[in-house]
Amino acid sequence: MKILVPVTEVTTVEDEFEIEGTAIADRYLGADLNEWDEYAIEEAVQLQEAGLADEIVTVTIGPDDCEQTIRQALAKGPDRAIRVWDDALADADLLDVGLKSQILAAVVDAEEPDLVLSGVQSGDDSFGATGVTLADAVGYEWAAVVNHLAHDFDDDTASVRRELEGGVEELTDVELPAVLTIQTGINEPRYASLRGIRQAQRKPLEVQDLADLGIDADGLESALTLEEMAEPESETDVTVWEGDADETAAELADLLREKGVAQ
Amino acid sequence: MSAVLAVADHRRGELRDVSYELLTAGRALADDVGADLHVAVISGTVDDFAPKLDRDGVDTVHTVDYGEEFDHGVYTQTTVQLATELEAQYVLTPNSVNGLDYAPAVASRLDVPIVTDTVALESDGDELRATREMYGGKVETTVSLSGPAVVTIRGAEWPAAEGTGDATIEAFDPDIDEDALGATVTGFEEVAGGDVDISDADVLVSVGRGIDEEENLELIHDLADALDATVSSSRPIVDSGWLPKNRQVGQSGKVVTPDVYIAIGISGAVQHVAGMKGSETIVAINTDPNAPIMDIADYAIQDDLFDVVPALTEQFQ
Ligand SMILES: Cc1cc2nc3c(=O)[nH]c(=O)nc-3n(C[C@H](O)[C@H](O)[C@H](O)COP(=O)(O)OP(=O)(O)OC[C@H]3O[C@@H](n4cnc5c(N)ncnc54)[C@H](O)[C@@H]3O)c2cc1C
Repeated sequence: MKILVPVTEVTTVEDEFEIEGTAIADRYLGADLNEWDEYAIEEAVQLQEAGLADEIVTVTIGPDDCEQTIRQALAKGPDRAIRVWDDALADADLLDVGLKSQILAAVVDAEEPDLVLSGVQSGDDSFGATGVTLADAVGYEWAAVVNHLAHDFDDDTASVRRELEGGVEELTDVELPAVLTIQTGINEPRYASLRGIRQAQRKPLEVQDLADLGIDADGLESALTLEEMAEPESETDVTVWEGDADETAAELADLLREKGVAQ
Repeated sequence: MSAVLAVADHRRGELRDVSYELLTAGRALADDVGADLHVAVISGTVDDFAPKLDRDGVDTVHTVDYGEEFDHGVYTQTTVQLATELEAQYVLTPNSVNGLDYAPAVASRLDVPIVTDTVALESDGDELRATREMYGGKVETTVSLSGPAVVTIRGAEWPAAEGTGDATIEAFDPDIDEDALGATVTGFEEVAGGDVDISDADVLVSVGRGIDEEENLELIHDLADALDATVSSSRPIVDSGWLPKNRQVGQSGKVVTPDVYIAIGISGAVQHVAGMKGSETIVAINTDPNAPIMDIADYAIQDDLFDVVPALTEQFQ
């Protein structure tokens, strides 16, 4: 079985930041491997260790800057990586779900994986819709928000649990090939070993542009335009206690006593 | 007359609250574009659900009597057929776990954009402007798109529709391709049981990823002991196996409404807030002045938990 794991580099934001126009100023931004993808990678690696997967390929949409994040993913076990980028994508301030899925679909068509394990969402724009859109675009089955995957695929079926709201899980059998969007907590992602980090440097990382994937860059446009960005307004009249920890703790202690706590 | 199509969510015989909120969001959008509001309810006891969904502002309720529980293939095929027949400008679904399991496929098949987890919507007939958060709630953005779209709405952002409407209730008979149904639901299971029920607690000392390491949890247990309170947490603490699932507050954990909720090193992501915003008094201890938890807290200490928590415990010893 071959597994494809879409890996996203997410943008992280410092505690204090400023918005300039429709974006947070660059100096407050950082980058990281998407939290949900860590679990998707781990699940794939565990399937490989169990002898159920032969090959794990990651695919990332992003500029050269994100190669470090891709190596970070490879250090945890995947065999090789694909990075897709194109000047046509560089100008968009937002890549919408349809656009991302269209690119990933071309990669799925080329790689023909049996299983695609993506994260439930990316931690920055949090659309949570790319995995299912991709599945439909390539004609695969799917399941969203999977927090358990049985490690046998009898009858070419993946038995999963989908985590619904309120502590209820749905048990579902999904025909392969399929896209599963992986929820945090499904496993315990490993830390990359030193050996893994060293090996990752030598693993194949292939760069493709839209033409390589047979996508016409001309008609390609994000359907969504980012118009405004603002800090949300506070919903409450929050009282912020000032002072050192002893002072603020004393204020809070007074409040708690007033509320009858610990009495 | 153009149309807005809202698809209700239900589970195991009950319509979910967000279905009524969806009617309010759908009505407002229908007014914006001068459309009728159509509501679809798919699978389960639809004849029982339909009158409940006939609230103020609903023009037509379409009942689809096919199967019992949510099946994303049935929902996708039905919604696509109904949206096509109605020439719906917008298809609206809840941004629930099930909503996210079929709404993207609907958008893909209708070949229209999708915008998820919206908290405000506005349309001039062609351009839709949707407000949604980014970066875990640190900023709010407005995105625009033109033409038809699929939109999912966040729960508890719109009020529930009320009253009794005078909608037409009619059966819709979809043409389901059963060979294309490749995911089969075989059952449900309640998790997060156990001896402690955090939803009973009057005072919750709740810990998040800011605690950094498992051994630091001792600080939290010490505080809870001193306050005679119960320990709960955000999701990453449970994901890491540091506390059992029955301690998790939020969308996929428990909904709690204690007198006092002390959020320690918790950022206040929407899925967490969904479980605790009904608390009487919310106190946040967080180093980040821009953490979303600060926007819903009544009291806040913007400081390092490793200084504040021991100092607070000491106050009660
Ligand atoms: C489908 C779905 C369902 C989900 N269900 C849930 C759910 O039920 N419950 C839930 O909680 N989450 C849920 N989540 C996850 C949610 O999106 C967030 O990822 C999670 O709530 C973040 O937890 P946190 O606030 O502890 O961590 P973070 O967001 O990482 O926040 C840590 C906070 O600690 C602060 N901090 C760090 N160090 C210190 C210090 N020394 N002193 C004081 N403060 C400090 C930081 O400023 C930050 O605000 C769900 C997500 C999805 C997609």
